[in-house]
Amino acid sequence: MNKKKTYPTYYSYAALALFIIFFFLPGIMGIFYSFTNWNSLSSDVNFVGFKNYEKIFSGRYDFIRYIWNTLKFTGLTMLTKTVFGIIFAILLTHKLVMCRNLQRMAIFIPQVMSFLIVGLVFKSLLNPVTGFLNNFLKTIGLDFLAKNWLSDAHLALNTVITVDTWKGVGYLMIIIIAGINAISSTYYEAAQIDGANFLQKTWYITLPLLKPVILNVTILNLTYGLRVFDIIYALTNGGPGHVTEVINTSVYSEFSKGNYAMGTTLSGILFIFVMMISYVILRALEPKEEL
Amino acid sequence: MLFKKIINSIIINGITLFVSLVFILPLLVVLLNSFKNKAESNTMTLRLPAKWIIENYQIVIERGKLFLSFFNSMLYASVGSIIIVLIISAAAFVLARNRSKLNNFIYYFMILGIALPINNVTLMKIMKITDLINTQRGIILIYISINLPISLFIVYGFIRNLPVEIDEAAIIDGCSPRQLLLKIGYPLLSPVMVTVFVLNFMAIWNDFTMPLYFLNNSSKWPMTLAVYNFFGIFENQWNLVCADIMLTMLPVLIIFILAQKYIVGGVSAGAVKG
Repeated sequence: MNKKKTYPTYYSYAALALFIIFFFLPGIMGIFYSFTNWNSLSSDVNFVGFKNYEKIFSGRYDFIRYIWNTLKFTGLTMLTKTVFGIIFAILLTHKLVMCRNLQRMAIFIPQVMSFLIVGLVFKSLLNPVTGFLNNFLKTIGLDFLAKNWLSDAHLALNTVITVDTWKGVGYLMIIIIAGINAISSTYYEAAQIDGANFLQKTWYITLPLLKPVILNVTILNLTYGLRVFDIIYALTNGGPGHVTEVINTSVYSEFSKGNYAMGTTLSGILFIFVMMISYVILRALEPKEEL
Repeated sequence: MLFKKIINSIIINGITLFVSLVFILPLLVVLLNSFKNKAESNTMTLRLPAKWIIENYQIVIERGKLFLSFFNSMLYASVGSIIIVLIISAAAFVLARNRSKLNNFIYYFMILGIALPINNVTLMKIMKITDLINTQRGIILIYISINLPISLFIVYGFIRNLPVEIDEAAIIDGCSPRQLLLKIGYPLLSPVMVTVFVLNFMAIWNDFTMPLYFLNNSSKWPMTLAVYNFFGIFENQWNLVCADIMLTMLPVLIIFILAQKYIVGGVSAGAVKG
């Protein structure tokens, strides 16, 4: 069978063309424009060398902190989502738990809600005076725990991370559950005969065998975290006083101010960074792939 | 032994029940408040409404211009998802079946898009050059493009598990490449096509970033942005905002309940096999 004729490569060209024009090309153009002074005020675009990069990394502006926030957000959400994802997955595959499917769906539900809606809902629930959470804490006598969740500069980023975990953990849990279900039951039967208890089975069988799934989940979290925009825009819009600003929210605010070159430089840094990480990951995963 | 088992069961069920409650609580609060009057909904609590006011929904539909934004969301999500499904199935079919050097390169190049950020600033430039800025065609094209990589990944993974013998039999019977795709490829792929359709429909329905950048005319806004706008006007009438939120979520919630199997399958498929 002539594979080239049977499966003509041009069937993929429609998808490829759209991907290149509306996704890849803007990324590449972004790197080009990051060396210019492109803005909304003047129509001519001049080459300025590394000036934009200098501005970001010199530390004279806040940009370096936005990059740091992005990394912090990524690292912490990776940790919380993976840990809670594993815990929930293990709990909700346990035989003693009733209505497992229903409970899995309950945890997954935030995933189908729009970030904008999640943002609105939590802004209301976390309102220091009228919000559900603080009122609830006050009714059960834990007044000292009632905080300005989103307007306290020390708390805001952690609050955002918590809400993001609430929204995203169900997705990871579903993946990990599929991973747990794929583990052959013979391992557990053998362990049962050897007299292992639930924790031992989890620690010595489930977790080690979940390693590849956890790696995949971590990659998903990593690429999500670095590109985060929605949840931050919806909850705090970078505030209070830019303490929750990340790369993509500052791209948007630079864009709205007409500082196109600065917006595109920030986006370009992210683009190059993710390209490098993806390359490393693909390389690391290569041997397993039967090409 | 039995006693210990019962204690264990109570503890573990207690924990999971608590966790599940935490996850649906916000939704519950919104649902309850959408039926309250203005004063009652000032403090968002789990208290049942004194009187269930269904008219809130009626007011929202009229004043929030929900029909228009609902139609927009429907248009973007359904047209976008259908086109994604059709072109990505064709692409994945040939890329997965004939793993030549070129095809492998195309595959890896495109799934790179799962991780890469979209540069909306320069995308704006391209939209202006192509005259697609502020058009519904334009926003649909963007939605298709940005959701292609993950869709390709899912369909490609599915095809790897399909026996190639069916194709071979069809070729021997004299199938042309186009017939092979239309009569063998698409039907075989229909389960995964449903998954990809549903996942993309929900992703596009819930998105608000793209209209934020690329649609400055509120008559073209999807429901998510319309809610945001509505919130800006009715900020201190949470009962109405909650009703609006419920209506915006309703379509995806219905799809979620109907198509659970496909969603869960699609979410876990690629990542587990790796």
